[in-house]
Amino acid sequence: MNGHDKSATPLLRLTDVNTYYGQIHILQDVNLEVYPGELVCLLGGNASGKSTTLKTILGLVTPASGTVEFAGEEVQHRSTSYRIERGMAVVPENRRIFADMSVDENLQMGAYLRNDKAEIEQDRERVLELFPRLRERLNQLGGTLSGGEQQMLAMGRALMSRPRLILMDEPSMGLAPLLVEQNFQIIREINEQGTTIFMVEQNANMALSIADRGYVLQTGRIVLEDVAENLLQNEQLRKAYLGR
Amino acid sequence: MDNFFAQLPQQIINGLTLGAVYALIALGYSMVYGILQLLNFAHGDVFMIGAFIGFGIMSAMLSTSAPSVIIIALMIVAAMIGCGVLGVVIERFAYRPLRNAPRIAPLISALGVSFFLQNVIQLTLSARFRTYQTAQLIPGSIGVDLGTARLSGVRALVIIVAFLLMFLLQYLVRRSKLGRAMRAVATDKDAAAMMGVDVDRVIMATFFVGSALAGAAGVLNGLVFFRIWHFMGFNAGLKGFTAAVVGGIGNVPGAMFGGFFLGFAETFAVGFLSPTFKDVIAFVVLIAVLLIRPRGLLGARLVQKV
Repeated sequence: MNGHDKSATPLLRLTDVNTYYGQIHILQDVNLEVYPGELVCLLGGNASGKSTTLKTILGLVTPASGTVEFAGEEVQHRSTSYRIERGMAVVPENRRIFADMSVDENLQMGAYLRNDKAEIEQDRERVLELFPRLRERLNQLGGTLSGGEQQMLAMGRALMSRPRLILMDEPSMGLAPLLVEQNFQIIREINEQGTTIFMVEQNANMALSIADRGYVLQTGRIVLEDVAENLLQNEQLRKAYLGR
Repeated sequence: MDNFFAQLPQQIINGLTLGAVYALIALGYSMVYGILQLLNFAHGDVFMIGAFIGFGIMSAMLSTSAPSVIIIALMIVAAMIGCGVLGVVIERFAYRPLRNAPRIAPLISALGVSFFLQNVIQLTLSARFRTYQTAQLIPGSIGVDLGTARLSGVRALVIIVAFLLMFLLQYLVRRSKLGRAMRAVATDKDAAAMMGVDVDRVIMATFFVGSALAGAAGVLNGLVFFRIWHFMGFNAGLKGFTAAVVGGIGNVPGAMFGGFFLGFAETFAVGFLSPTFKDVIAFVVLIAVLLIRPRGLLGARLVQKV
């Protein structure tokens, strides 16, 4: 999929968002949009404000000004659980698997806000087909999985809420290069099956290789915005992030 | 030695009774610690309030012709609901505002709540001892003779009710959606929120359940040991805390195990050494466990891969 239907309403839209941690101005007039069906990545180095952007979208921090719209509704003052209920799901940084709970229970936690038992079971089957490794480990504690398996579990858990938008925080972090590649293929597959994805990532090359569009964040400001191919060619970005 | 074996069955029954009470108190301590890393030093006083709620119901109903079963059931249920609500109120006003404060702050707040509850009872009901009229509810003639030992009706009741509550709790924590949310919040609050869990409500539910168990323990303790007063929560709280730490604080089966371990240790000390040693043993056990297994007897955590 390439580009998007500009006439459609964005699934996610941030307008002039400013976020502070105490006195420190982290996000400065951030504007971004994610359209239904897209895979959009947000690139940036350390301390550029990537994670804060994600936290603002999720409601873990509240912006001082600006709006966060999800599916046409302003949600910047809504709780995290409300936003999850409306259709967001997260694959958090460092995966945040519930270590003392079994793989199966971790998946059930993903479906926490749902009550449609039969359909939850269907989605569980789907996730286990997508990640056969998880089926082998179903009754094992989450904390005993390898890093790659935990990443699969985190993605499976996010899918269990049948989300409209999956937010991914640094899905490549701490994984061996081979696993990173597999991981990104799965992310692309999930996107191709119809789930919109917004991904925050330091590994710009990898992220742009599967994304439709990208934004580049630098010290809290969006400095670049383009379709993925153009960003891959962009001299400025190559120098700053691609390292060659 | 003959004497030892003659006494043993009775001591086991006594140990089970005392252990059941300790286990119920320890559970609330442990659950709250598990979810907030907060030592709720007001927990023993919630137990005391439960004892007084049960006493109030009993006093009001003994003069009526209601059957004992109904009275006892009402005492336990009222104490559980009353204490559950009290626990939720304490959390809301004494702990939640301090959720992001340094860890010492809610600890001090807990001590404040403890003094507050003791003084409320002392001021409104005086500092007198009250006595549960257990004999009027469960006549001493009810019971089973087991050779040298006797399982009295009231002890059987305490043990059965305590096991039933622990079974229900274990089901709640292990099998229900709320229990899963509790465990998720205990492991990682932010990650639980990211799954859509309303963390504040889960914390409230945890306080309700833990405090309700303390309330039930207050009534059971009154029924089997009779005397209650406004300061009883101090000692009970220390014992519950000790049991929770001995079992591995934050761990539900650990709290149950710790409660019975402590109950048996104290009972045997009283029965085979001297009643003077009752409290000494409790704290010797605590120190020994802290020295040998600081995480508690069942507190072994799995090594986590990051």
